[in-house]
Amino acid sequence: MRRGRAIRWAMGLGFAFLWAPILLLVAYAFSADRIPYQWGGFSLRWFAALAANERLVEAALLSLRIAAGAASLAVLLGGVAGWALARFGPFRGRALFGALIGAPLVLPEVVTGLSLLLLFVALEAAIGWPAGRGATTVLLAHATLGAAFVAVVVQARLAEADRSLEEAAMDLGATPFIAFRTVTLPLVAPALAAGWLLAFTLSLDDVVIASFVSGPAGTTLPIALFSMLRLGLTPEVNALGAVVVLGVGAMLGLVVLLLRPRRG
Amino acid sequence: MGALLSAEALTKRFGATVALDALDLDIAEGEFFALLGGSGSGKSTLLRIIAGFEAPDAGRLLLDGRDISATPPWARPVNMMFQSYALFPHLTVADNVAYGLRRAGVAAAERARRVGDALAMVGLEGFDRRRPQQLSGGQKQRVALARSLVMRPRLLLLDEPLGALDAGLRERTGFELRALQRETGAAFVMVTHDQEEALALADRVALLDGGRIAQVGPPRAIYERPASRFVARFLGAANVLEGRAADGRFESAEAGITFAGEIPPGTVAVALRPERIAILATPGEGPNSVRGRVEDVAFRGDDSLLLVRTEAGAVLRVAHAEEDGAPPARGADIVLGWAAADVVALPA
Repeated sequence: MRRGRAIRWAMGLGFAFLWAPILLLVAYAFSADRIPYQWGGFSLRWFAALAANERLVEAALLSLRIAAGAASLAVLLGGVAGWALARFGPFRGRALFGALIGAPLVLPEVVTGLSLLLLFVALEAAIGWPAGRGATTVLLAHATLGAAFVAVVVQARLAEADRSLEEAAMDLGATPFIAFRTVTLPLVAPALAAGWLLAFTLSLDDVVIASFVSGPAGTTLPIALFSMLRLGLTPEVNALGAVVVLGVGAMLGLVVLLLRPRRG
Repeated sequence: MGALLSAEALTKRFGATVALDALDLDIAEGEFFALLGGSGSGKSTLLRIIAGFEAPDAGRLLLDGRDISATPPWARPVNMMFQSYALFPHLTVADNVAYGLRRAGVAAAERARRVGDALAMVGLEGFDRRRPQQLSGGQKQRVALARSLVMRPRLLLLDEPLGALDAGLRERTGFELRALQRETGAAFVMVTHDQEEALALADRVALLDGGRIAQVGPPRAIYERPASRFVARFLGAANVLEGRAADGRFESAEAGITFAGEIPPGTVAVALRPERIAILATPGEGPNSVRGRVEDVAFRGDDSLLLVRTEAGAVLRVAHAEEDGAPPARGADIVLGWAAADVVALPA
């Protein structure tokens, strides 16, 4: 089985390339040494230091709140958009709508961030809302980005589901609303949940967009981390990285589980 | 009157294409009716209009004499079995079957009893906890049937009910469909593109062409006496020869054949079934006979199908029964003949 072995080697190299840096970071998080890239024996001191770092903890809590809010808003907007794209037939402007919904997926984040900043500034000048830049603007910006992902996931889910399911429900006596509630919604529920988690994760680790649209009151975890880096690394960053890797990894695992294709 | 369902001048257009062209149709209480046609014939559109998923542009649809053209699908006493079966993937078999009863507000005990009865009727006892993904194609079809029949519809619509089944399962399922139809007393309206299926299952068949009914009647009548070239050709088996009628005879120049029989003036073509054509031992002269050469022979079990090219160049399909001995070999020159009564004159 020469070929089998070659494939195993290639896979091993590929995984090492992807995962070695991350595993290294997680490993150093448990190092006792002050220098973040030097092994000094096993210790949990940096996790303790991290928990005691109020600025970081506060930023983490804010990030979680923003991520949850942005993800929820994204599910609402993206879910409806995905539904429209999958089920409303060839309505006027459908292609344009689809392209616009998907735009944040392909636009460089710098462009998205800058354009949102301009929008928020203009809005504030025009109607006084949102007042200043901070958590609200970051939440709105992340919801925009997340909605694109949710729309794609929901649309894909509905596209693979039989269109006649809703018709069958109506044929059996369900009004369109009941059919939506008892058939369409349960069908897309896993996609909505997966979309929520994707949007949540996306918001949690975004630096670029957040640094455009956030203000002093909107320091999210990645931004706080980034500014810490400029002053020099401490192993606390490793510990934080380990925690984030764990959290994001769990989330992505859940997404994969939710979007697993059904047999038959 | 007495029709359960009447379509009156139903018309439906999709953009520039006319799906239904002022179509009239009556379906009687408790009959098994087949809508037969190719793609684009309008058969599926008609089914969807009866179910309520499409609204006709003109014309009326009457159920028991009451106009239901504007009644939404959820308020019609009509149920449909979808071609894809459209089983709800997130519900168990029992919950799928119970779905309509729940919508109708049937109490839990009554619901459980009726779901049990419906599953027993289609031979799926003990499957209630399964999910649709865990069922075979045939089982899914039965669940879909049970889900429709549990509503006790006056009229059950079936969209290509045998279309997704393996060949072996089709015949058995066809007989079961007929048994269920007799048992429930509901009228079944089936859409199919398969003429054998329509002829085998239905009490009456309507053959659709371009949004109109080309012919409607019992299977045997349509098969034996097609009303037009289209019908004769669609039903597949007959030889259809064009030509001119004159003096009670019919001359087909393309085949070099003169047909005698009941040929009314205005006949544009004749149909002749392959099994009605005999191979004659001696060359007969006059009408209803022709010489030809065997181009190919296909064995079909109880008979062989010969392709015979006449001297004028047309190809006739001839069935040679096994009990008449071995069929002539390829390349053999033979003489064909048939009875005048077997010549079907086609006016259109």
